[in-house]
Amino acid sequence: MDKIKVAVIGPGNIGSDLMYKIFRSKYLEMGMMAGIIESEGIKRASSHGIAVSTEGVQAVARQKDIKIAFDATSAAAHLKVNGPALKAAGIVSVDLTPAAVGPYCVPCVNLDSLKDEPNINMVTCGGQATIPIVYAIERAAGAAYAEIVACISSMSAGPGTRANMDEFTETTSKALEVVGGADKGKAIIILNPAEPPPMMTNTIMVRVKNPAVGIEKITASINAIVNEIQAYVPGYHVRVPPILEGDKVTAIVQVEGQGDFLPAYSGNLDIINAAAIAAAEKIAERMLRGRGAS
Amino acid sequence: MTKKINLVDTTLRDGSHAIKHSFTKEQAASIARGLDRCGVPLIELSHGDGLGGSSFTYGFSKANEFELLKAAGEQIKNSKLTVLLLPGIGTIEDLKRAYEHGARAVRVATHVTEGDVSEQHIKASKDMGMMAVGFLMMVHMASPERIAVEARKMESYGADYINLADSAGYLLPDGVRDRINAVRGAVRIPVGFHAHNNLGMAAANSLAAVKAGATYIDATLRGLGAGAGNTQMEVIAGVLQRSGYDTGVDFYGLMDHAQEAAEPLMLRPQVIDNGSLMLGYAGVYSSFLLHVYDAAEKYDLEPRDIMVELGRRKMVGGQEDMIIDVAYQLTRSR
Repeated sequence: MDKIKVAVIGPGNIGSDLMYKIFRSKYLEMGMMAGIIESEGIKRASSHGIAVSTEGVQAVARQKDIKIAFDATSAAAHLKVNGPALKAAGIVSVDLTPAAVGPYCVPCVNLDSLKDEPNINMVTCGGQATIPIVYAIERAAGAAYAEIVACISSMSAGPGTRANMDEFTETTSKALEVVGGADKGKAIIILNPAEPPPMMTNTIMVRVKNPAVGIEKITASINAIVNEIQAYVPGYHVRVPPILEGDKVTAIVQVEGQGDFLPAYSGNLDIINAAAIAAAEKIAERMLRGRGAS
Repeated sequence: MTKKINLVDTTLRDGSHAIKHSFTKEQAASIARGLDRCGVPLIELSHGDGLGGSSFTYGFSKANEFELLKAAGEQIKNSKLTVLLLPGIGTIEDLKRAYEHGARAVRVATHVTEGDVSEQHIKASKDMGMMAVGFLMMVHMASPERIAVEARKMESYGADYINLADSAGYLLPDGVRDRINAVRGAVRIPVGFHAHNNLGMAAANSLAAVKAGATYIDATLRGLGAGAGNTQMEVIAGVLQRSGYDTGVDFYGLMDHAQEAAEPLMLRPQVIDNGSLMLGYAGVYSSFLLHVYDAAEKYDLEPRDIMVELGRRKMVGGQEDMIIDVAYQLTRSR
């Protein structure tokens, strides 16, 4: 079957994990790994027979057959350099930085409405893990306020995350509203250095508008969305099933990574990458159908 | 020459935990006014979990913390109004608003091994012309050498002093001394200490810190604070005076102020009840206490069992949400 050629920009932990996920994809083919310096990630890609470049996005833009590029660099790089260059080259951006040039994408919630966008943003790891639950609660009982606490192991928080804590909380809070549907969102992130590293755990608390709907309907709505997430994040599961107290719904979910490149405790990195792949596959499917028709 | 020790009052911040974040503008104004008159150089005010802490997870504040800051700030002539900020909970936007409402110092708090998440916030506060303090929490969980590494990072971001917090009230005086010594040997800026009284060691640990060279000591009126409370302000003022240190505060004035302004608003006497004792014994973040009591009642569990499991899982400051997880998992396993 035909596949769509893609590139990964930023050969760090995220970029390397993306590469292994692309190797498994039915719709995507790894066309290039691009960085700006010689690095372990570049060598790793090269050892798998993948074309590599240290000229960054410019090298990607010159490849006529690359249709989609994952940006795993930084918000500043996406805003100033990579985003504009990809746009000029007619390559779809799947943006894993907090730049948020394009609309937020949480695959199980809004992917269908975004498949024609030239640039989509993958929010944050905590957003990917919690927004579906907020959305599921909202569609069942309304959401006046949604609050999430994402706890990730210190080992899985790289220098980018550490230097940008505010971007995490602000982007996630906003996406809880825009994608999750809550009137007001609040996000909290905690790093825990325990050994062995704990799995990514997320607590979701929502003040619902119609508590009379009852916990059964809310739980059913959550279970349905969990099934959809598990299609692209197999290690996603509910740790504490929804509890309704007054107008407050609480649920706790855990994300175990697939261990493609990063260890299983890095569920935070796994889920944003898995979401990015799911989004790219949807776009690729549309492109392939377009080809078939021509 | 007697050595100068700076007392830092955190009644209006750590004390917020003990009264479930219910400070009113009038209370904040009255407490701040008295502290300022008594010569306390730094007065910390914010939600117990720092700016932006008002939430399901940590408890909603009764009054908006920016309005509390304004009310307190209007009463202060000489002291510096200070806020706490935990990166991951509060943001630079919150800090800017706090500045607009009178805050002139910020303590940027991270878990003891995660000092690098404070870089953005310490630098931003220095750009705003604020005093910035690097605040390392749960210092019992790391070795003195590791703490020194994190303190150096915070110094490199521009921190004006480093504060070590025994957030679980777990340390004994030797452990305090070793940690203060290690940090003093690693940085050029002053060092401070924040105690909890869960094992009855708050004043003794604070004195040990001072003897090891700490020059900033956190305290609260009547000890009002998370768990069994903090070092009691009026007590440490007397203890340091007797030990020959110069705090520059009005000892009798603080005693009177504690009795008149703090005592009436306490929900319970700040004693070491069994739950607080277990926090110190198991090394659990002190502000978990009242949340653990709530969960224990809801799930019909012994608070002690929840505490021990939280300690075993090495939960850090801010993980109040995991109390429900622990309670739920304990219920399932019985």
